[in-house]
Amino acid sequence: MKNIEHIVVRFSGDSGDGMQITGTQFSSTTAQMGNDFATFPDFPAEIRAPQGTVAGVSGFQVHFGAIEINTPGDEPDLLVAMNPAALKANIDDLSTGATIIINKDAFTELGFKKAGYGMDPLEDLSGYNVIEAYITTQTKEALKDLDLDTKSKARCKNFYALGMTYFMFSRELDPTLLWLKDKFGNKPAILEANSLALKAGYNYAETIEATAEVYRVKSASIEKGTYRQISGNTALAWGFIAASEKSGLDLFLGSYPITPASDILHELAKHKNFGVKTFQAEDEMAAICSAVGASYTGALSLTTSSGPGIALKSEALNLAVMLELPLVVVDVQRGGPSTGLPTKTEQADLNMAMYGRNGESPMIVLAAKSPSDCFNMAYEAARLSVEHMTPVMLLTDGYIANGATPWRIPDMDTEFKTITPRFVTDKDLEGGFLPYKRDAQNLVRKWAVPGMKGFTHRVGGLEKENETGNVSYDPANHELMVGIRAKKVEAVVNHIPEQLVEGNTDAKTLVVSWGGTYGSVHQAVSDFRNVAHIHMQYLSPMPKNIESILNNYEKVIVCELNCGQLKDLLNSKFSINAQGYNKVQGKPFMVRELMGMLEKEV
Amino acid sequence: MELKKKDFISDQENKWCPGCGDYAILSSAQMAMAKLGVEPHNVCVISGIGCSSRFPYYVESFGMHSIHGRAPAVATGVKLQNPDLSVWVITGDGDGLSIGGNHLAHILRRNLDLNVILFNNEIYGLTKGQYSPTSRKGTKTSSTPTGSIDRVFSPAKFAMGAGATFFARTIDTDPKHMLETFQAASAHKGTSLVEVYQNCIIFNDGIHDEFTNRKKRDDTTVRLEAGKPMIFGADKDRGLIQDGFQFKEVPVAGNEDKLFIHDPTDECLSSILANLNGSNGPIPLGVLKSIETETYDEEFHKLINHETKVKGKGSIKDLLHSGNTWEVN
Repeated sequence: MKNIEHIVVRFSGDSGDGMQITGTQFSSTTAQMGNDFATFPDFPAEIRAPQGTVAGVSGFQVHFGAIEINTPGDEPDLLVAMNPAALKANIDDLSTGATIIINKDAFTELGFKKAGYGMDPLEDLSGYNVIEAYITTQTKEALKDLDLDTKSKARCKNFYALGMTYFMFSRELDPTLLWLKDKFGNKPAILEANSLALKAGYNYAETIEATAEVYRVKSASIEKGTYRQISGNTALAWGFIAASEKSGLDLFLGSYPITPASDILHELAKHKNFGVKTFQAEDEMAAICSAVGASYTGALSLTTSSGPGIALKSEALNLAVMLELPLVVVDVQRGGPSTGLPTKTEQADLNMAMYGRNGESPMIVLAAKSPSDCFNMAYEAARLSVEHMTPVMLLTDGYIANGATPWRIPDMDTEFKTITPRFVTDKDLEGGFLPYKRDAQNLVRKWAVPGMKGFTHRVGGLEKENETGNVSYDPANHELMVGIRAKKVEAVVNHIPEQLVEGNTDAKTLVVSWGGTYGSVHQAVSDFRNVAHIHMQYLSPMPKNIESILNNYEKVIVCELNCGQLKDLLNSKFSINAQGYNKVQGKPFMVRELMGMLEKEV
Repeated sequence: MELKKKDFISDQENKWCPGCGDYAILSSAQMAMAKLGVEPHNVCVISGIGCSSRFPYYVESFGMHSIHGRAPAVATGVKLQNPDLSVWVITGDGDGLSIGGNHLAHILRRNLDLNVILFNNEIYGLTKGQYSPTSRKGTKTSSTPTGSIDRVFSPAKFAMGAGATFFARTIDTDPKHMLETFQAASAHKGTSLVEVYQNCIIFNDGIHDEFTNRKKRDDTTVRLEAGKPMIFGADKDRGLIQDGFQFKEVPVAGNEDKLFIHDPTDECLSSILANLNGSNGPIPLGVLKSIETETYDEEFHKLINHETKVKGKGSIKDLLHSGNTWEVN
């Protein structure tokens, strides 16, 4: 048995082959065996593209190890290819000498044709360790005594393949067997079929000694605590539930389904017993407007979407800016413009978050850096929104939304700041109630909610007179109010943490990144050693010390999955001359790409 | 404490044009709110954009002048967050049927317990007089100098199509009828849509005259009353009888036992009434349709209460530790 530090496995097959479940099970088992890991599901926008074609290939990558894992990995060391299309879609990504498990049953003339191969691709795989197995046939054979139709038996082939990988990496079968029991407890035939397929695959790999060596990846040495696996979208949903509990406010979500944000709606809809109210609206505008209505009525309000949906919400978002009500808007970014690349990741909505509204309309903009950080930033978005009576845009992306990592479960009592809603009290009635009167320090108005006696008032999108909130077209008042709304957002800087500098702080070059690229940039910076690194989670307002940090380095390189939006923002805001390192392929940065860039630039 | 209309009058200066039909609607609505007996702080008025949507500023209650067409969506959030509030949505023919048509359709089908008043003046007033979805074909305006070519949008038929549980029509020249209609709307459990024929004195003066003018309206409209025969005319001498899937106008004399009896719970009848447009029979005023069914807000909270009862009140700590977890020592 060979001990290795970390390894990357990619499961790949047709959209209907169950690769997402296979990958999730592999990571779940791996987590429970104490490895650190990161995952990257990669699937087409089409639910079932034509079978056997490259367009229909669905993949799930897991990177796990005995060391700290920051990314789902650049190059798979093992590829499971359920058909020729899966091989074709992935072969260029593999590391040299990688192992490929081939489902030989699907490698037929017809299969080659569908995948666009002119000849049998298996003849040209020298340099790889290829394991050919008749996975479909063997699965059906293993299940021959079961009272199930052939189609259902063949459908278990993903668990057969999973079993093979479990043997190769010394994974335990129990976690998956238990999961199957939980999932198919009321469908005993399916439960038995999948369990048998899993074991059969494991035994087959053992019999053929599937690889020259059986790998063992030891447990990672990570911080003590109780851990669980979590994806970005789930973490985000839970972060808002936590904020709701801590603030004592009801959580209201108005949302309209959109990839890759819908899972947040699905997750919150499950937790009605927390008092969570989820409303699937008729469209994106209604989704955010219902949230504005609920916010006016005293809820911690939330709307979730992705780029095209956020574009539709911008008018209502500005209403919330004008009303000065709490509202969190989550943008799970995907490739754009327009419908773009719905299932692929990108960071190109930063400009829209910063500027995408009519008039002078400043807002708090935050970005989460990893799947588990979505919990923290959701909580933070709720805290700032409620305490500063202003909408907050929280940016995540498809990569961290769907990716999963192990997460040390935090202690809610000690690790999170309190959230104090600014409700009116009877004292605010003295001398007559002024809905837009503010505290001197933070310029925050108070929250008067329908049902509160004595506080009747009207709000609206028209410009308001200072303090009274009455409609006002007075020129000087408008300028005053524009200034107040801007200063209110600027004052948030006193309530957010200072920017942390990581890496080699004494280096001459500073790498800047934001959002979901933290894992790969952090890994590259750690490996390269001779650069400093800041990863920004607070984009508006920016932490107080950002300017001095930027001015501290001879060279600033901003790495982002767009054409340079943060770079341009920093250059114009701080008059620096940062350069960009950009990628817009719908894919995350690979560590080796970043390393190559650093070797060239530093 | 008995509430009066003045309890619902705010201190804001009213900026509608002198002679605008909106004043009369506001007055009747404030009267209806007072009679409803809900205190001003438990009333919430939500509007969109347009002349009619200035309404919330003039009502002493909580209120929001929101954005164009979205009032039903904002009101949905308000009502779901606090179902105890008396919620009123104010909209117009442009706000409710053009830019906000989708939201109006969906609030009607969902059936939240709130009231929608649609001011129909067949024109865009605030943007200075372009034709609207309810404008009659051939309407000449600044944007249709040679006459509009759009077919007319009927709020009544829209409401029937969207599955509204309550639809009524009233006119801005009859405060008593408006009051009764608004009271019926607020008494209805579910989304009630009230169309008000409202006069825009600047851009479309007299457009509803045939149906709202005191001298003409008795001959051109029929006042619906549940359980009563459909009789109209200045001398109450004309009536409606059923003729296949239509109504037929007949003299009352000699047809007393054939006259159609109004039943707002009969959906088939409501649809036939919605079709009457003045050219094929009198325009029906009053409650065309009123049926009782579950409200969305009721069901919504029932689900939350049920889940809480079955699973117990959730705690974030338990949620974080649910499912597969493992210890690292």
